[in-house]
Amino acid sequence: MTATAHYVLRLYIAGSTPRGTRAISNVRKICDEYLEGLYELEVVDISQHPMLAMTEQIIATPTLIKTLPLPLRRVIGDMSRSDRFLLGLDLRDIAEKAPSAITR
Amino acid sequence: MRKKLPANFPTLSKAPTGIEGLDQILGGGLPVGRPTLVCGTAGCGKTMLAMEFLVRGATQFGEPGVFMMFEENAAELSANVRSLGFDLEKLTAQKKILLDYVRIDRCEIEESGDYDLEGLFVRLGYTIDSIGAKRVVLDTVEALFAGIPDSGILRAELRRLFRWLKDRGMTAIITGEKGDGNAITRYGLEEYVADCVIVLDQRIQEQVSTRRLRVLKYRGTAHGTNEYPFLIGPHGISVLPITSLQLEHQASEQRVPLGIARLDEMLGGKGVFRGSSVLVSGSPGTGKSSIAAKFVETACRRGERALYFAYEESTAQIVRNMRSVGIDLEPWVKKGLLEIHSSRPTLQGLEQHLVMMYDLIRAFRPNVVVVDPISNLTMAAVDNEVKPMLMRLIDLLRKEQVTGVFTSLTIGGDATTAPEDSQVGVSSLMDTWLLLRNLEFTGERNRTIFVRKSRGMAHSNQVREFVLSDSGIDLVDVYLGDDRVLTGSARVAQEAQERAAATLRGQDHQRKLRQLAGKQQSIEAQIAALQAEALAESEEVHFAIAQETLQETAKHQNTDAMAKRRSGTGKTAEKR
Repeated sequence: MTATAHYVLRLYIAGSTPRGTRAISNVRKICDEYLEGLYELEVVDISQHPMLAMTEQIIATPTLIKTLPLPLRRVIGDMSRSDRFLLGLDLRDIAEKAPSAITR
Repeated sequence: MRKKLPANFPTLSKAPTGIEGLDQILGGGLPVGRPTLVCGTAGCGKTMLAMEFLVRGATQFGEPGVFMMFEENAAELSANVRSLGFDLEKLTAQKKILLDYVRIDRCEIEESGDYDLEGLFVRLGYTIDSIGAKRVVLDTVEALFAGIPDSGILRAELRRLFRWLKDRGMTAIITGEKGDGNAITRYGLEEYVADCVIVLDQRIQEQVSTRRLRVLKYRGTAHGTNEYPFLIGPHGISVLPITSLQLEHQASEQRVPLGIARLDEMLGGKGVFRGSSVLVSGSPGTGKSSIAAKFVETACRRGERALYFAYEESTAQIVRNMRSVGIDLEPWVKKGLLEIHSSRPTLQGLEQHLVMMYDLIRAFRPNVVVVDPISNLTMAAVDNEVKPMLMRLIDLLRKEQVTGVFTSLTIGGDATTAPEDSQVGVSSLMDTWLLLRNLEFTGERNRTIFVRKSRGMAHSNQVREFVLSDSGIDLVDVYLGDDRVLTGSARVAQEAQERAAATLRGQDHQRKLRQLAGKQQSIEAQIAALQAEALAESEEVHFAIAQETLQETAKHQNTDAMAKRRSGTGKTAEKR
């Protein structure tokens, strides 16, 4: 199975930390590889919008929330484990084929 | 509003919790700007305590607070604490309190690489800033252990969080579930929060559950170390220290009569001291309640306020029964000077009774209080719990300068050797102890009363008979004599007997006096007769002497005449 649906992803980071920057690039890298043209990514800095941390129930940072397609899923971490990331997006079969970690 | 301490007083500054009794134990409150761990088993009141700390802070001490909860949501929590009289919706609207529900659902979280809990910090920082909070509650942060997969990260982050709270100067309460065995908390939170640890506990003893609180640790300050029972009542939590840390009550010189003239006379003529406690103990039917009722009535007559806690009879019953001994309580109830609270001792645990009493005393502000009887409270509690409870009640009464009368039933005390030990050891708490006894003698039961002790005043050591009649209560001197104490009819009979004997004795005296007078008379007559006899005798003697002298003279004259005649010189004889 390959991804066909449209993915709406929101990545919450807290300030410009190396971990946050790493997360952004990792998400883009994985999504460009497996979900090219099928996803939109919004990066939110909760230190700029702390209200969103409350409404979106953000505890760990970075947190990626998949709002669409349903169900809502969360992945926390710097997204360096691409298999876990894809699992978090309910892309089980892709995740099985993907390398376990991004090498930098 | 922090508690300001003088600069030369290097103690930790404290943030008062506003929870009744707790600040007393904590020596002022929780450490300002530091986190405090409150831990205990499920349902022992951790959340309530934390919430009250926040609400009181916001309403009484001008310190807004953030309540970050991990288990309940805002609506659930608001509903739960409404029972304590806290209106969270209103306080939230006034920006005095902010509730933040942190929801974590493990099953929708996937972990991919390294992360931290900065989100939590951002949220907390935001909520603190938005209301200018001084107090923070995290309830129960342990829920994160279920939601965050990597406990290593979580632990490091919690350590950072508590440090961060300290740096921000937040007076915080962190709640934690009690761990298995000796562990204070399940996840070892005490490792991170080391300044102040309060342990809550709920135990069931004799079918009555009691919550208890203990300050396990309080760095840099003196605190009460005992276990203190506490209650979640209609006005929040109240911790009632078994003994207040100080014994510094005012001692009034003012005296309060008990209302029975001769009883007051026994107590130095003026009654008991204001703010003191009076124990009236006795076997069933000795008139304990009557004394208490008379005391209440007398207080009301003076225009004072009285509170009557009844554990045996209903209000209507008391009013009716007391009327039979000439005490009418009804007008005072109607006037609002007297409040009678009747309840079954088994209705609730001893602690609840105590808190109810506390609340009522605080609300009604009475001058006198009656607890009738304290012995019935032992039904609801283990005997040795009654004393600490009474101690606390008496503490309050003394502090508020309320005079208290406590009746107590002694079991099986119709013999003269009443088992006074059955006073649940409370007599040492009492300033005055009146002991009532039944005396059974010649087919009749009578009541006696005496002052067993009365601190700080001269008091009578006499046993008096205690008489209850339609016209009221009175004390009568008992008959003492022949090594016996007589009361009632026996006393009356004895008195009549005494009177008859006295009359008889009087008559006897009269008779004896009369006899004496007669005897005196006869003796006097005898004396007179003897005197007459003596007189007669002396007259006789004189007569005889005179006669003899006369004869002698006559004889001489004859002789002279003879001689003259014989000598012929009659002249010589005539000259002699």
